[in-house]
Amino acid sequence: MDTVVAYLPAILRGTSVTVAVALCSAVLAVFLGLLGAWGKIAPSRTANAVTGAYTTLIRGVPDLVLMLLLFYGGQQLLNDIGAATGWWGYIEISHFTAGVFTIGFIYGAYMTETFRGAYLAIPRGQIEAGTACGMSGSLVFRRIVWPQLVRYALPGFGNNWLVLLKTTALVSVLGLHELVWESFTAGRSTRQLFTFFFVTMAIYLVLTAISDTGLRWLERKYSAGVRRA
Amino acid sequence: MIEEGGGPAFERGGTALAVEDVHKSFGPVEVLKGVSLSANDHDVVSILGSSGSGKSTLLRCINLLETPDSGRVYVKGELIRMRESRRGGLVPENPKQVERIRGKLAMVFQQYNLWSHMTVIQNVIEAPVHVLKIPRAEAVERGEEELRRVELYDRRDYYPAHLSGGQQQRAAIARALAMQPDVMLFDEPTSALDPELVGEVLRVMRGLAEEGRTMLVVTHEMGFAREVSDRVMFLHEGRVEENGKPDEVFQNSKSERFRQFLAGTLR
Repeated sequence: MDTVVAYLPAILRGTSVTVAVALCSAVLAVFLGLLGAWGKIAPSRTANAVTGAYTTLIRGVPDLVLMLLLFYGGQQLLNDIGAATGWWGYIEISHFTAGVFTIGFIYGAYMTETFRGAYLAIPRGQIEAGTACGMSGSLVFRRIVWPQLVRYALPGFGNNWLVLLKTTALVSVLGLHELVWESFTAGRSTRQLFTFFFVTMAIYLVLTAISDTGLRWLERKYSAGVRRA
Repeated sequence: MIEEGGGPAFERGGTALAVEDVHKSFGPVEVLKGVSLSANDHDVVSILGSSGSGKSTLLRCINLLETPDSGRVYVKGELIRMRESRRGGLVPENPKQVERIRGKLAMVFQQYNLWSHMTVIQNVIEAPVHVLKIPRAEAVERGEEELRRVELYDRRDYYPAHLSGGQQQRAAIARALAMQPDVMLFDEPTSALDPELVGEVLRVMRGLAEEGRTMLVVTHEMGFAREVSDRVMFLHEGRVEENGKPDEVFQNSKSERFRQFLAGTLR
């Protein structure tokens, strides 16, 4: 127990990094997801093709492979381009940035499918009714589509968020000092791997429990007018 | 009053709505083959026809939920300006004009299409507040007035999911009225309702007709068409087959097809 207390500051620091990576990549994923869903729905062949390739590629390759590819390969690519064109000097991508970008990029593909499904769940007639009242496209989106999109997307979003939160553990492989990295380090130095990973497990459970509560609150807030079975 | 297409030959003073020679195809199927109609202020025009005759499409071409392939639409004498698109067919020249004109043409749909995340009163004030920019308090006051008229005031804070079909359709009519439209378009407003709920909606529509509202009603309710409307129009395969005062049309129509249609509906 004393050893855990001694390492607690480091572990809490790791936890905050985990939460920060998860939140930042979720924001990026939601942004990419909305953009992707729009691209899939928009009546443009090019947009359909680009977003189709994005989701197919991302969802077909393991997260860890993409992460290593983007972290090592991406940095090299950026610097090769910089060296060849002289537009920028040597760039070093931080572990945090690399983690956020890869996770955000990967989960953007899953969010794309979530948002696309949610959009398709909104009855067309309600959108027509808005148009027929003289609403502009953006007004229809803000007042009619968005509130219902959030409602239909929440269950899928919640699922994606929980998986995303757990996927941040993979960033420890890149060497980011997040929860798993700190626990592993502490466990190895004290030879109490079981104790430290048990603590880690408990912390992840607390994080997901908090998320669950938050998601349930959001679902209640956005399900106004939904008849409960 | 039917125009054979071509120029605006009729007087447009007091004309609430004029449609000239509208054509519309979906893929290879030509749904409207040159339909014209005009309605004066306070007219109630019933549009009849079997399914697939193009009557709903005609209504949807008026407020441009469907873009006609050719033809002209005037609302209160104002032409909805269209231009040729690069892919062929027409597109609105100015989306802002279309939005403004749609605000004058309230539509009531077969499937009600109330916004399910809003209560009845929120549905009613939504477009007045956000499209017509009426102050919220004033919109609520007027909205409540419309809800009293359709006998739904006591359900003002209900969500659509908790209302019967007839109540939803009356709420949709209140929503349309709240726009203070020049012309109301009804697209088979009772076709999705259980038979015992049809009466309450028709009663509200009769009331509106008596007030002198200009209404275009696509319907299968022969009683309504006969008793309430000033003019009856029968569409068959995308053309106007019969058009005139209800008494004349129902009693001695020259159109064989219309007589067949009537015989079919009066079973």
